[in-house]
Amino acid sequence: MSLWKIAWRSVADRRLSSILTCLSMALGIALVVAVLVVYGVIQDTFMRSSGGYHMIVGGKNGSKLELVLSTYYHIGVADEPVSWEFYTRFLRSESSGDFGDYVQTAVPICLGDNYKGFRVVATTPAFFDAEGSVKIYRFAEGRAFEDDDFFAAVVGSAVAKETGLKVGDTIRPSHGVEEEGSHEHANDFKVVGVLDPTETANDRAVYINIEGFYLMEGHAKVKEGDKLSDKQRRLAERHREVTAILVRCTNDASAKWLMVSINEGVEAQAVSPVFVITQLLSKFLAPVRWLMLGVAALTVLVAGIGVMVSIYNTMAGRRHEIAVMRALGASRQTVMMVVLFESLLLSVGGGLLGILLGHSLVAVIAPWVEMKASVNIGFFDTAPGFTVPIGSYVLKLSWELVLIPGLIVLASIAGYIPGMTAYRTDVAKSLSATP
Amino acid sequence: MLLLEQVKKFYREPNGGLLTVLDIERFKVGAGEQLALVGRSGGGKSTLLHIISGILTADSGSIRVDGVEINRLSEVGRDRFRADKIGYVFQTFNLLPAYSALENVLLGMTFATGRSDRERAKHLLDRVGLATRMSHKPTQMSVGEQQRVSVARALANRPKLLLADEPTANVDPAHQQQIVDLIRTTCDEEKVTLLLVTHSPEVSSQFERVDRLDELNQATISATG
Repeated sequence: MSLWKIAWRSVADRRLSSILTCLSMALGIALVVAVLVVYGVIQDTFMRSSGGYHMIVGGKNGSKLELVLSTYYHIGVADEPVSWEFYTRFLRSESSGDFGDYVQTAVPICLGDNYKGFRVVATTPAFFDAEGSVKIYRFAEGRAFEDDDFFAAVVGSAVAKETGLKVGDTIRPSHGVEEEGSHEHANDFKVVGVLDPTETANDRAVYINIEGFYLMEGHAKVKEGDKLSDKQRRLAERHREVTAILVRCTNDASAKWLMVSINEGVEAQAVSPVFVITQLLSKFLAPVRWLMLGVAALTVLVAGIGVMVSIYNTMAGRRHEIAVMRALGASRQTVMMVVLFESLLLSVGGGLLGILLGHSLVAVIAPWVEMKASVNIGFFDTAPGFTVPIGSYVLKLSWELVLIPGLIVLASIAGYIPGMTAYRTDVAKSLSATP
Repeated sequence: MLLLEQVKKFYREPNGGLLTVLDIERFKVGAGEQLALVGRSGGGKSTLLHIISGILTADSGSIRVDGVEINRLSEVGRDRFRADKIGYVFQTFNLLPAYSALENVLLGMTFATGRSDRERAKHLLDRVGLATRMSHKPTQMSVGEQQRVSVARALANRPKLLLADEPTANVDPAHQQQIVDLIRTTCDEEKVTLLLVTHSPEVSSQFERVDRLDELNQATISATG
């Protein structure tokens, strides 16, 4: 009979107390796991979404954070547009494209509409072009819209899943970024493609051709005295504005120079999405995460004390049992090990249950997180990890794995005091006592 | 097999003085021998068995069991020696109530050097007449059956020496003889030396060699145990 089995029998013997002790540990660990996973997935999604472009260019007086959040993550709105003329400075083919030599891709973005609450992103086919971005969009169905498909749309995977949209369907965007209070445009857009999941906020967006966007009511920049022709095929450039421009430069040095040049000017500002997101994560989300982890750690600590109390309370009644084991040849260390194993079974058992509960909790709150932060999250998402170099290989491990050795340490500490009680049991005296 | 020389054991009194509970000049038991040690209650019987088994240490003197000077072994060494070489049958059986009869016997094997031998445990329970009661817990058994399990557990590790501390004291008279017979015959079969402590003349009278602890122990003051 192994010492583990002896420990297990003891744990099973006081079933109710053991279950409650395990549950308290499980709740603490579940909280730790949920915080780690949710924060990790949000961080991962934000950093992943910000990849590919060196900068986002927007109106001079707008908020940098709003510009990044609204462009990349479809949160909030940037209401400081830049002129179309300024956008053309990023194009190589234009004579006025003085930034063009440094730019590999510049993609204009216009925001302001929604479709059933999902953001409508008006852009050019270049948005989907793998050459212009490290983001390679794959289509589950159909294709990207062509430049002259004015009223064509591509829908993100989450939109397609939730609305049932498929290639060939038509959609009618509503004016306004939020569904509430918006009014429907008169123009129909035909769905020509459905994107594969990208695990980013882009899954929850509808993409329409920017040319069609400009032709919808209220989207043209009209000054007093301007007249728009109904027969106009494309909206004249002087009537156009863009919410943001996604810019990928030829190299990092070009990006630095371009960013400085733009920011020194009076027309626009350029922000590095990675920089803004890193600041957002470190200044706002990280303190919240640490606070929540602190609360969770306290819960685990209290659960650890619960394990200790649960075992310690049984020790008085187990002196005789321990003395019998000693009389049968068990050493002091052996009986102490049995008690430590009990602590391990309760702590690690509770911890493993907690990891399962934590992931279940993540799955339960997933729709809410998805709605609020446009972040896809699920049961099988794990906390972000760290890398361990093993020879020429690099092993990537989740922080959740660290919980297991952490629990073993906690269990050893929790089991120490009752373990010492077992260690110090007076065999002769306890054997003579009536069992 | 067992040789005690100049063995003394003291207990410290509350006033700081020393109380001598055991003072044995010489006590020898040969290999395979079966000996009844008769003593009154409080005459130091249990203390003597605890010292022989290494649960307690003598304050002076020599205790040799199967050629090993156990008083010189470390505590861990004595524990291991006890697990491997000594079987112990207690007056109160000392079976663990949460374990079945078979598990109680297997528990006796857990702390010895070799691996737990389930087949031997079953064989021993069969030998003591409990083949059909292996999965029963002590509370589901009569006192006689519990003591049989205790005998099987004591023999589980093929000990060289079996110490039986008043094994019939808590058994009803109808089953006392069965228990004594069982212990003696199994020790005979397993070639185990037996030292049985009793205060019962009926039990001691069945042994060829009967020693009296009162004569053996020169301690002038008696103590509990």
